Amino acid sequence: MSGVMKRMGMIFRAKANKALDRAEDPRETLDYSYQKQLELLQKVRRGVADVATSRKRLELQLTQLQKQSSTLEDQGRKALALGREDLAREALSRRAALQQQVTDLETQHQTLQGEEEKLTLAAQRLQAKVDAFRTKKETIKATYTAAQAQTRIGEAFSGISEEMGDVGMAIQRAEDKTAQLQARAGAIDELLASGALDDSSGLAKDDIQTELDRLSGGTDVELELQRMKAELAGGSSGGQQAIEGGKGQAQPHSQQPQDTPRFDKQ
Amino acid sequence: MIVRIMGEGQVKLADSHFAELNKLDDELLEEMEGGDEPGFRRTLHALLDKVRELGTPLPDDALEPSQLILPSPDATLSEVRDMLTDDGLIPG
Repeated sequence: MSGVMKRMGMIFRAKANKALDRAEDPRETLDYSYQKQLELLQKVRRGVADVATSRKRLELQLTQLQKQSSTLEDQGRKALALGREDLAREALSRRAALQQQVTDLETQHQTLQGEEEKLTLAAQRLQAKVDAFRTKKETIKATYTAAQAQTRIGEAFSGISEEMGDVGMAIQRAEDKTAQLQARAGAIDELLASGALDDSSGLAKDDIQTELDRLSGGTDVELELQRMKAELAGGSSGGQQAIEGGKGQAQPHSQQPQDTPRFDKQ
Repeated sequence: MIVRIMGEGQVKLADSHFAELNKLDDELLEEMEGGDEPGFRRTLHALLDKVRELGTPLPDDALEPSQLILPSPDATLSEVRDMLTDDGLIPG
């Protein structure tokens, strides 16, 4: 098996294991992610602050330079008033150099200002995203907790615990019944062995017994008939015999009480 | 074996069916790697139909991990390819 099914299964398992290794609880992962986002937001905000500081420093430098520039201009004007054109020229050329610096700084200042605005906007957007994530995270966490509880309830209801309990009861009942039957079978075997119960497990034997009984009964009948005939022919001495013969005929009846356990056994 | 069809659920399949499914699965992999979109679609559907036909669906509340996973019927070739790369399924 190396096809899509297997590969997807393997990747799923690997991913799941990786996810489990990192954090067993997805809620922890969410909180961790939120923490990371907050850190990122903090960084962006620090960036904004750094840029603002640089901008302010540039502004200070600019005012300083502009002050110097106007000083030089004043000095040039005074030098010219005093008739020192050379001095005035010097002052004005220094001022020109300063003016160049001012222009450069102003360009830098503008760039920084643009940067700062962009960063401020990004920070605001990020803030909104982090806030949204926090809300979503809490929703997901709540849903997860609910799902977890639901799974547990589901497990308790449909699964293992209760059902196994039922199965256990059924097994217990089955075992009890088996033990009872075994005990009863054992008792019956013992009773049979001891002769307290007649083994009458087959109907065929009953038939044979009945036939034997009938035959022996029949013999008795024949005997009695002969005795009666002899009595009629030979006088009173046969009377005693006739009573004995009656007893003999009653013997099949004595079989009757032994028959009753047969019903018990079945 | 338990097979999951993404977006549908899990199905229990007897191991004896795998020789048959394997053939389709290997075909699917070949078509994916070769970029044969219509072939891929046809084979994916054939494979999913076979799995549904041969398998018995597991109840929704069953908690069993799947040994094999199949893309959902509407997955495209590139989606499946993405899933099979390292960062596809669960980002991170």
